Amino acid sequence: MAKLASALVGRLVIIVPYAWLLFFFLIPFFIVFRISLSETAIAMPPYTPVFDLAGGLAGILEKMREFSADNYVWLTEDVLYFNAYVSSLIIAAISTFLTLLIGFPIAYGMAKAPRSIRPTLLMLVILPFWTSFLIRVYAWIAILKPEGLLNQFLITFGVIDQPLIILNTNTAIYIGIVYSYLPFMVLPIYSALEKMDHSLIEAAQDLGCTPVSAFWRVTFPLSLPGVVAGCLLVFIPAVGEFVIPDLLGGSETLMIGKTLWNEFNANRDWPVSSAVATVLLLILVIPIVYFQNVQAKADGEGK
Amino acid sequence: MKSLGSIRRSFAPWADPASKPFISVKNVTKKFGDFTAVDDLSLDIYTREFFALLGASGCGKSTLLRMLAGFEQPTSGEIILDGQNLAGIPPYRRPVNMMFQSYALFPHMTVESNIAFGLKQDGMPKADIAERVGQMLKLVKLEKFAQRKPHQLSGGQRQRVALARSLAKRPKVLLLDEPLGALDKKLREETQFELMDLQQELGLTFVIVTHDQEEAMTMAGRIAVMSHGKVVQVATPAEIYEAPNSRFVADFIGDVNLFDGTVTAAEGGAVRIETAGGIPVRMASPEKLADGARAAVAIRPEKIRISRQPPAHAPVNAAEGEIWDIGYLGDMTVFHVRLKDGKVVKASSLNAVRAVEDPLGYDQQVWVSFGEDAGVVLKD
Repeated sequence: MAKLASALVGRLVIIVPYAWLLFFFLIPFFIVFRISLSETAIAMPPYTPVFDLAGGLAGILEKMREFSADNYVWLTEDVLYFNAYVSSLIIAAISTFLTLLIGFPIAYGMAKAPRSIRPTLLMLVILPFWTSFLIRVYAWIAILKPEGLLNQFLITFGVIDQPLIILNTNTAIYIGIVYSYLPFMVLPIYSALEKMDHSLIEAAQDLGCTPVSAFWRVTFPLSLPGVVAGCLLVFIPAVGEFVIPDLLGGSETLMIGKTLWNEFNANRDWPVSSAVATVLLLILVIPIVYFQNVQAKADGEGK
Repeated sequence: MKSLGSIRRSFAPWADPASKPFISVKNVTKKFGDFTAVDDLSLDIYTREFFALLGASGCGKSTLLRMLAGFEQPTSGEIILDGQNLAGIPPYRRPVNMMFQSYALFPHMTVESNIAFGLKQDGMPKADIAERVGQMLKLVKLEKFAQRKPHQLSGGQRQRVALARSLAKRPKVLLLDEPLGALDKKLREETQFELMDLQQELGLTFVIVTHDQEEAMTMAGRIAVMSHGKVVQVATPAEIYEAPNSRFVADFIGDVNLFDGTVTAAEGGAVRIETAGGIPVRMASPEKLADGARAAVAIRPEKIRISRQPPAHAPVNAAEGEIWDIGYLGDMTVFHVRLKDGKVVKASSLNAVRAVEDPLGYDQQVWVSFGEDAGVVLKD
């Protein structure tokens, strides 16, 4: 009886994450997908067809005939969308690379720090999360604007005599993304580096590696899972980022998050914005799934 | 000729004053903050020697090994290897390699790449690397596992990979830090003899750190017994066991019965000692001890006889008592005999035959006795 109960509990525990994914990812995704197959309408909600259960199953099937892929065709016809996707991917890729460049040394330093101060360092990395993300991005406006803190500082110390124009450029977006997502890069790399056995470095040195070559031949390869996780955690949200390009970027900045927001709010075109979102999801999910498959295969081969 | 421990050694450079040590540790001290891990230690190790550093954990043996490898720098003193002072030379430029206690195999590399690691680092041509790796795999009998990753190997196989990797660069000295600690008993015993054969075959100098006295006794040509950062005795296993130079060594290596007492007379290569329990002891001693000096007699359990009747030489070197405990170990039996004064003496006897008529049992009155050369006299 107790065995049965524990088996049941085991099942329930597995069900929880699946239920979470079902209710908060899969079902919302299908709703979005469904809307992307609809047409705009001046109505509430602003698209047709709208299902109601009054018609029964036959009624729903009848309405489903009205679905069309027109919105997807539309995305290919206007070059704006293609440009926005490409530009988002480039901006996200550059930002991810910059975050890695800054995040890796931070994580490395944390992992090398005395054990006693590591929890404090860890807390300091997470500390910015205690203030609202929006407020922190607004703070960057105050720092980066032409008469902002950074320019005042540089002019006071005579480094420059004309204020730098950083706000409302892509540079400001990079700064914003790197700043906001840095903890997501640092934490997985730190956790990979921290559990590394120090005797591996000693073994490498014993076998003739200088500290630098020991880093590239042992430490870095072993931190790769953390690097990959960190890059994905930064890259994926950065592609769809809306707040940072909207507040820090300029009018010429083209990012898919902003495009989506415009379609949804300014144009009130829910079906097209749903199509934009669905395509964005596919752009992100397909390479990741492919990458994981390759990884799993590589792991399997060794066995 | 009588020889301690009945082993005759043909290889004994330490006994030859003309031979020069290969590794010389000179007055080395290593401090970590207030803690002195190695305390003014001097030691000579000769080429092709299998040398063991033996001691309890925290005695400084690993620190000494790490100083040889270059992972720690001595606070004072110097280490000379093959005529070269090692001060300030980083680990990657020392002609020594180390086999780590945890094996420290690179988890992201195959067995083959692990072994090739050091060779690749030295820029050896690819063909030569392949050949050397092949030799090493053959040496440790892992040819079939070349493409495996460390996590796909058993503990014993990992140990072999670690060994092959540390031997691949043909170091002048191989340092082994508790190399067999992670193996189970059977495998450990097998591997001990394999390591000895390997060392003979390759003609290398091995320095091994271990806390396992049996391991040190089996493998090493000489053992340095360490305690609190100092070397207490450096000698062959037989000398360490049969002629310990102090109470610490006698007690640390194997089982021992210690009888404390006072020297009453010294007579022609032997001394008479009156023990605290009142046993008059006559024991061979090369050293002349002054009358009235405090001394202890150390006798190993297997050199104590148990009999129902008093021996002919009683009461000298003999005492009466009763059997208190019996430990049957299969190959031998250990008796704990409680003497009149309450002292418990350990005596072991080999079970040379399968069945014994009228075996000794609990609570029996017996005599324990020993010969004049059964033990050593230790000065206090």
